[in-house]
Amino acid sequence: MRQFSYSRAETVSDAVAALASNPEAQLLAGGTNLVDLMKYNVTRPGAIVDINRLPLKEIEDLPNGGLRIGALASNSAVAYDPRVQERYPLLSSAVLAGASAQLRNAATTGGNILQRTRCYYFYDPSTPCNKREPGSGCGAIGGVNRIQAILGASDKCIAVHPSDMCVALAALDAVVEVEGPDGKRDIPFTEFHRLPGDRPESDNTMARGEMVTAIRLEGNHFASHYTYLKLRDRLSYAFALVSVAAAMEVSSDGAIVDLRVALGGVAHKPWRDKLAEAEFAGQPANEETFRQVARRLLAGAKGQGENDFKIPLAERSIIRALKQAASGRPQDQSVKAIQ
Amino acid sequence: MDLSSQTSSLPTCSVSLSINGQKHDLELHPWVSLLDLLRGPLELTGTKKGCDHGQCGACTVLVDGQRVNSCLKLAVSLDGSEITTIEGLGSPENMHPMQKAFLEHDAYQCGYCTPGQICSAVGLVGEGHAHNRAEIRELMSGNLCRCGAYTNIADAIEEVMGAEAAKSNKEAAE
Repeated sequence: MRQFSYSRAETVSDAVAALASNPEAQLLAGGTNLVDLMKYNVTRPGAIVDINRLPLKEIEDLPNGGLRIGALASNSAVAYDPRVQERYPLLSSAVLAGASAQLRNAATTGGNILQRTRCYYFYDPSTPCNKREPGSGCGAIGGVNRIQAILGASDKCIAVHPSDMCVALAALDAVVEVEGPDGKRDIPFTEFHRLPGDRPESDNTMARGEMVTAIRLEGNHFASHYTYLKLRDRLSYAFALVSVAAAMEVSSDGAIVDLRVALGGVAHKPWRDKLAEAEFAGQPANEETFRQVARRLLAGAKGQGENDFKIPLAERSIIRALKQAASGRPQDQSVKAIQ
Repeated sequence: MDLSSQTSSLPTCSVSLSINGQKHDLELHPWVSLLDLLRGPLELTGTKKGCDHGQCGACTVLVDGQRVNSCLKLAVSLDGSEITTIEGLGSPENMHPMQKAFLEHDAYQCGYCTPGQICSAVGLVGEGHAHNRAEIRELMSGNLCRCGAYTNIADAIEEVMGAEAAKSNKEAAE
């Protein structure tokens, strides 16, 4: 690990100033991803700014029935918050589908959305990786690519975003609150992460010097029709090969009123296609419709060889997840049998 | 106590930690993990280093009552925290109920993952989110055991959880 200087920020403006004034500085929250990346020499900050003392741990009620989740609220605090469980069970379920109890206790909300890909090549400094070292090439293209993207990849990078929580936040149209040298601004969740294009080193649309301060959720009508379905190589404590966050509002005569589908494990960001979702408003909430939804969402999917299986896996997962959401029987995150 | 190298000009940072009830005022290099602090200068070698990357759970300790992977925590970032390691849970003469249950259920073979398993299990019971075996298994998935003692580990935890539940039911009845 590269040696670094260490300071503790007492205010958000302290942290922003420290970040903006030193291009080698990085913020430290839970550390579950950053410290790991530093041990592998994938990330080599010259200065660490510890933000754990900032007053960003609260989960607050908003007047419209929504919630504001502070950037330092732990993943466990979010998953087990009674208001999250009651109003956003999709979010709670997705958080509990990820990592382990120990990691969720340490990992923060802001850190979760800023975590880096688990692409093997990104993690191995002896191999080329355009995300780690722009211009060095991509080892995964034509290499070991079983875990890589099937949607939105570029000829520079085929890595996927590893978060479960973010897939739910994308489906729920969350808003990311950030603060930087020029003040505060809101970023819609689906515009927070970006596709790799020709700048895969850049995971998100924050400017240098900006930091995440909170996630905001509006009131919603999805608490009874949702699921987070995650498929992975072992039943727990593994990243998704494919995951689906589904939420639905269904009319009394069984028609889709509002449909949300976000996919994890398939792209450089949680994958959502709002235009495609809108096309299915008014359609009957049944398996035939769900099959059409899946095919529509995956129309542009492209395999890399070893990960070709993800395309039919994603199709079946979307159909299954939408059936679970429509029936009001979400995937249980402890008993892993898929209903 | 200065645990940094006296001759080193590398930066250090002050940190105050309570470890197993004992206060430590330390001067540390910022890159020292809680795990390396415990096992090195503090000689609390009960906490084990398995993968050193948050994947195996052997280094699990309790920080302010919450189980975390000590390998992924920079010690300087825990200023003011209370840390409990396997040494702080009990002693051979006065074992914690979870330690006793692991012994009685033969919940280990080589024993390398055991301190982490026990700290994690104590954290799990404290969190109160596991109510049945499936939930115990899911919420213990951050602790790997290469010997495969999982069945007996789940038995031990189930027993302690049952005893805790009986105790709190009795208190509620009174």
